[in-house]
Amino acid sequence: MYRWFHQLGSPPTFYKWSGQWLPWLTFVCITLFVVGLYGGLVYAPADYLQKDSFRIIYVHVPAAWMSMFVYVVMAFSGAIALIWHIKLSEIMMLSSASIGASFTFIALITGSIWGKPTWGTWWEWGDARLLSELLLLFLYIGIIGLYSAIEDKRKAAEAVSILALVGIVNIPIIHYSVIFLNTLHQGPTVSKFDSPSIETSMLIPLLIMALAFKLFYIIVLLMRSRNELLWRERRSQWVRNIIKGTGNV
Amino acid sequence: MNIFITILKRDLLLAIRHRAELLNPMLFFVLVIVLFQLGMRAKPAVLVTLAPAIVWIAALLSALLSLDHMFRSDMEDGALEQMIISTQPTSLLVLAKILAHWIITGLPVTLIAPILGLMLGLTGDASLILFFTLLIGTPILSAIGSIGVALTVGLRRGSVLLSILVLPLYVPVLIFASQTVNTFMAGYPIFASLSVLMAMLVLSLSLSPWASSAALRMSVS
Repeated sequence: MYRWFHQLGSPPTFYKWSGQWLPWLTFVCITLFVVGLYGGLVYAPADYLQKDSFRIIYVHVPAAWMSMFVYVVMAFSGAIALIWHIKLSEIMMLSSASIGASFTFIALITGSIWGKPTWGTWWEWGDARLLSELLLLFLYIGIIGLYSAIEDKRKAAEAVSILALVGIVNIPIIHYSVIFLNTLHQGPTVSKFDSPSIETSMLIPLLIMALAFKLFYIIVLLMRSRNELLWRERRSQWVRNIIKGTGNV
Repeated sequence: MNIFITILKRDLLLAIRHRAELLNPMLFFVLVIVLFQLGMRAKPAVLVTLAPAIVWIAALLSALLSLDHMFRSDMEDGALEQMIISTQPTSLLVLAKILAHWIITGLPVTLIAPILGLMLGLTGDASLILFFTLLIGTPILSAIGSIGVALTVGLRRGSVLLSILVLPLYVPVLIFASQTVNTFMAGYPIFASLSVLMAMLVLSLSLSPWASSAALRMSVS
């Protein structure tokens, strides 16, 4: 197991493995998306209060979950990169940053679209989750900005790892300090596992969509990492072999 | 401990030699508050409710403006490199730098803030509370800021990036500090939110030197 992990950390092996996994992952992801979207948009009944407008939950909530999940992944791979100097985890972290920023942006936009019919306003400053999501977006932008500002990319990766770790310590503090201000957002509906305040026929498509979003993240992460890996290792022999088409990695 | 006192003395001495720079953050602080009032022309009743936030945002901006000095000049003349490769722990050096930065910029702002609070229509007691929040809060600004500066000090033009990195991290301080004053003015007990501010102070002073010294070693190498 450990040895397998170790091998996966080496760029050529990772490139080979991820290339084999990608088609399967894509297939499962598309299936989940189709099932989840059908379940959410057609099968699930309309909400008695919010009517059909609640259906945006099937994009909004998974995107919001992913926005936080990706940050955690980023911070962890940043820590790994700082401690063991594994090149692959540096690449994972950097590829995650812009994906996470996109998820955060999607969560904000869909939240704002959902807010208009439900709360009657596009943007509500009094709401805690909206604000912490916005601040999360700024943290992502800071990370992307710092990475692109430092010329030496190995150094930049180190700087970004430190920043991601500082950010992960701060996110709970930011979140609870914003909750400290008054809040308008509806309370958590799904996390109360013993008695979720959401109907099962609505919940299942949501979970399927969450899974589909997670797979989508993994797919894009792998594709971006492969790209970045090829670019960084462009002078090494195994990349030349791939480009020449001799194929033997 | 020696390096801590040595660096602190050196930085304070350097600051006293450049008296104009010593005054700048405080002047900037006063100016921002004046600009707020000129731009809004708010009625006194409204102004009182906005005052804590205005004072705190001004304090935040003046801390941000002066952050870059923390390591920049030492970086340029190579002193920073010598300090890092010396046998002394870098985190102590950073802690001394943070304290020096606070004494040079945070403390003057804190001292003048109650007067500005009175000008903005706060009562004497509320101004005193504002003073206490600044006393606890401004060192946090220096501590968190040191991480941002340490990350960007190697860059030629890092100042805009610095504000993007640091300002989101300042949000909790801003919220708790200005809410403390508002809670006090509404007549509720403030001990809880003051305690949270102090917890943030302890947390930031104990953790940020580590992050900053890691970042400095990255920037210098």
